Amino acid sequence: MNLLDILLEPLQYEFMLRALSATAIAAIVCALLSCWLVLIGWSLMGDAVSHAVLPGVVIAYVIGAPFALGALVFGVVAVALIGIIRGTSRVKEDAAIGIVFTTLFALGLVLISVTPSQTDLNHILFGNVLGVSASDLVQIAVLAAVAFAVLLIKRRDLTLFAFDPIHTFAIGLSPRLLSGLLLGVLALTAVVALQVVGVVLVVAMLIIPGATAHLLTDRFGRMLVIAPSLSAVSSLVGIYLSYWVDASSGGLVVLVQGIVFAAVYLFSPRHGVIGRRIASRKPVAESVAGD
Amino acid sequence: MTATPGIAVDGVSVRYGDIVALDDVRLTVAPGRVTALIGMNGSGKSTLFKTITGMVRPAAGTVAVDGRPPAAARRRGVVGYVPQSEDVDWSFPVSVRDVVMMGRYGHLGITRRPRPADHRAVDEALARVELDDLADRQIGRLSGGQRKRAFVARGIAQDARVLLLDEPFAGVDKRSEATIVRLLRELAADGRTILVSTHDLHALPSLADEAVLLLRRVVFHGSVAEALRPDLLARAFGLDPGHPRSTTAPEGEA
Repeated sequence: MNLLDILLEPLQYEFMLRALSATAIAAIVCALLSCWLVLIGWSLMGDAVSHAVLPGVVIAYVIGAPFALGALVFGVVAVALIGIIRGTSRVKEDAAIGIVFTTLFALGLVLISVTPSQTDLNHILFGNVLGVSASDLVQIAVLAAVAFAVLLIKRRDLTLFAFDPIHTFAIGLSPRLLSGLLLGVLALTAVVALQVVGVVLVVAMLIIPGATAHLLTDRFGRMLVIAPSLSAVSSLVGIYLSYWVDASSGGLVVLVQGIVFAAVYLFSPRHGVIGRRIASRKPVAESVAGD
Repeated sequence: MTATPGIAVDGVSVRYGDIVALDDVRLTVAPGRVTALIGMNGSGKSTLFKTITGMVRPAAGTVAVDGRPPAAARRRGVVGYVPQSEDVDWSFPVSVRDVVMMGRYGHLGITRRPRPADHRAVDEALARVELDDLADRQIGRLSGGQRKRAFVARGIAQDARVLLLDEPFAGVDKRSEATIVRLLRELAADGRTILVSTHDLHALPSLADEAVLLLRRVVFHGSVAEALRPDLLARAFGLDPGHPRSTTAPEGEA
């Protein structure tokens, strides 16, 4: 069997076409967002919000509201609770995040267990990209488009906020508003990625691409291209692998991303552990202060 | 004097819980001069800066920046801020030019797409701090002094009338320090208000026209020569013989 067959054979199935589209969409929008999350240091926040939206999604399902709305509400609730606990007690931020997201996630699990539906718990936890329906795909595409547009239009403000919130404030912009915007997009994106890799692994798609791209470039604009491209390619490779070896699709999507990160971590010319050593054999006159 | 003071702090007190960070601070900082803000760690320097930008609301008293309340001054882009080194993520993937352009964001439309005039302002600011050759370098690949100049250039591109610099000489070698001092002097000569917080007493005579000694309240405000008098410094650094229990030494020189 040649490479072309490997690529084309799965495409004759409609469920595979939908799976590949959903995966590509989720990979791109998650990767875009991840560029800001990793630079601000919000990886744990990404983890928290992506778990905390679960009860929102379940409640939305029960009352027939859009999933995104439920996710957004619970994303906001989670962030607010974290802020309140940190601000009004001696509990530190990481502990506050841990308490809030696990509790909300647990609430989601309980709600699922008492909700009569066809939805399999495993699908929510680990994704069910091979079972994405046409209407699911439309919803994924719409949410992703909204998140994508917001990120692209406000990318300079978000980068400003990520780099220097004090300056952001000093020139009359609102760091609070911008962080709220980013967290709102995070909640939307979590819903998108949930269907592909499931709640447990969403955080991988929200962190790994940005971290990988940051090791490859010193330009934020390029990060915004590299992260989504790498993420889309590795995720599609993951889906193909899951087809051919008949293994967990969500698991393979994340596994491939992790392997790509490992390769970049080792061999990136400027910031890779081994790549840097190879590069430093050549004289570099301009490196005044590395990082 | 009829000129509007760059910064006017009147009876400002700030508390964090039980801790008094600033106690009835009265201070007027004139434009056209470089004013040094001297005090040990915990003396309230950072809190004073945060009060001037409006980040911290005082429990009592008022602040005016260029004759306006802080919020109005911020919207007009009056306040430029040069952060301490440890407050900056030097691995952040932005170039020197990107950082300086961030000074223009307050003037720009919703997507902050720069116009030709903004590119010109950034080029001029870069030339003024003599970083035009390094404009496309990642910000962390500059020396300590160059990094400071990049952030000063951001304030210039912003056309900030009031420039706040937080410990700009920490981790900066003597030659760069002299360059920065010269630059700040020029910016003051433009009619800007320059307030520099520093531990570095050696640089003081060349740096500043006047000095403020702060220890939760203004201990002294006047000429640099007078500010360096041992008895005044001792009071500012909590070594006042009248208060035998306060023995905290100044710390944190770069």
